[in-house]
Amino acid sequence: MELDFTSSADYLWAFLPEIVLSVSAMVVLLVGVFTEDRDPPAAGDPSPLGWVALVGILLAGLANGWLHGVETTGASSMVAMDGFRLFSNWLFLAGAGLTILLSFPYLSRQRLQIGEFYSLLMLATVGMMVMGGTRNLLLLFLAIETMSIAAYVLTAMNRRDRKSAEAGLKYFLLGAFSSAFLLYGIALVWGGTGSANLPEIAAAIQAGAAFSPLLIAGMALLAIGFAFKVAAVPFHMWTPDVYEGAPTPTTAFMAAAVKAASFVAFVRVFMEAFPALYESWYPVIWWLAALTMVIPNLIALSQSNVKRMLAYSSVAHGGYLLVALAAANETAMAGLLFYLLVYTVMNIGALAVVMIVSGHSEERMQVEDYGGFGWSQPLLATIFTIFLLSLAGFPGTGGFMAKIYLLQGAVESSLWTLAITLAVVTVISYYYYLRVAWYMWMRPAPVEGAHTRVWAPLPMRMGLVGSAAVIIYLGIFPSGLMEGARVAVGGFGRAVGGVLLGLGP
Amino acid sequence: MLAEALILSAILFVIGMLGVLVRRNVIIMFLCIELMLNAVNLSFVALSRFIGIEGQIYVFFVMTVAAAEAAVGLAIIISIFRHYETVDVNNFNLLKW
Repeated sequence: MELDFTSSADYLWAFLPEIVLSVSAMVVLLVGVFTEDRDPPAAGDPSPLGWVALVGILLAGLANGWLHGVETTGASSMVAMDGFRLFSNWLFLAGAGLTILLSFPYLSRQRLQIGEFYSLLMLATVGMMVMGGTRNLLLLFLAIETMSIAAYVLTAMNRRDRKSAEAGLKYFLLGAFSSAFLLYGIALVWGGTGSANLPEIAAAIQAGAAFSPLLIAGMALLAIGFAFKVAAVPFHMWTPDVYEGAPTPTTAFMAAAVKAASFVAFVRVFMEAFPALYESWYPVIWWLAALTMVIPNLIALSQSNVKRMLAYSSVAHGGYLLVALAAANETAMAGLLFYLLVYTVMNIGALAVVMIVSGHSEERMQVEDYGGFGWSQPLLATIFTIFLLSLAGFPGTGGFMAKIYLLQGAVESSLWTLAITLAVVTVISYYYYLRVAWYMWMRPAPVEGAHTRVWAPLPMRMGLVGSAAVIIYLGIFPSGLMEGARVAVGGFGRAVGGVLLGLGP
Repeated sequence: MLAEALILSAILFVIGMLGVLVRRNVIIMFLCIELMLNAVNLSFVALSRFIGIEGQIYVFFVMTVAAAEAAVGLAIIISIFRHYETVDVNNFNLLKW
């Protein structure tokens, strides 16, 4: 099929995955209202709503697969139809699907409103998909808000829990604060260049038609806003608190998919609108990347709460990803997409095991509580060990290959200091990841029989085994996905007009 | 004319930003965020005289987003007030800031 962007009806086809997912989210919401509220399932029964939500995700995936074969004519001012968008859509759908699959027992155990939870999760995913697929700054702002407002509610979802309410408040205040910076940046960039469409902004800068004081100030504000959203040091203060206090499935979703979406939008705006100003934004990103790699890794060393440790680890992973943006070449961009996919899978998987260990009242979060878990639950503990090794970047796992690609990208742009920092902090991070594995396998349980009964039904186990298999597979055969990522970024590179290559200092 | 409007909008934005950073009452912090958004709206309107009418349309989008944010934000503030019986952020210390 061919889409003609001169007719407005064809824009609906271009947004088909988003539309399908929004409709499914409404269906989940309504089904939830008419079944669960009238007749709530007993605590612990997995709700059938999860399967309805998964079917919605699957349908959106089909629509996204269909978009791969679509040709376009005419200039699409707002919608990007490139591989970058389609690849990131896969990423968000995978993140949302995994979160739903792994949250089956949790929601009924904590007695959360299941229909609302799943439909908000899906609407947040719609926001992410638009973030990855738009070329217009105002549409980007609306997409970010669609995602964030749903994420605020997901964080504060557990109304009986003080921590959840507190995390929701902190996330809301800092999220809205950063959105204001982003919006001011958008206003000034639009004022400085006369357009809100990324290609036209790039063209105006190239032609020297931009009014630079407004443009530079706007770019700086955009960078601050995005730095908040991707939790780059020193704008990361909210992250550990919010990730610790939120319900664990929300934490998994935020640490993986929300962060991935923020990175995708960050990369698209800076690579597509401001390639000509690379010289001025690159030092800022360089410093953000360096700080974000070093500081959270050092703080994570002293964390005894595993959920909070994983929160700091997720901030540190953001630092590795910022290296790719600083490098700004094709390998680094493909590596970024590869890393985001591996990171989504392993992070959601690791937090799902945290969800299992924490128990009914969520009191078992300390590293000592993992003692004895290995020998009483060998399958789950083996899978958790794989995720931890992959997060640490151990050879043979997907996390290792992802870091190798980022290093390769950094070296291609001659960012030696960043590449060496990345390697060194990776070695430091082994300590706090492996400490959890050590407790799990080498130490006795704090209480006799603490882990003999865990709440992990079949769908959850299947999801965990599948994720671990993906991590191992990508560690051994990474080239297939990497080629896909390269093709995806290639389309993106063409959109920028080849400025990506050969820019580094 | 444009410069004055942009400077005014920048001053309002900075007042809002300082308010969020300095004040400890959640409602006031939230109002300061609204002030920041409306400062941006002023920039949009001022710039739209020179660039085009779309700036004024953007303002409507921003106002809609601000309204949605207010709905969710006030709901979260009520939910936290039920737990703590206060809206002073210094008392919310279960999680270290």
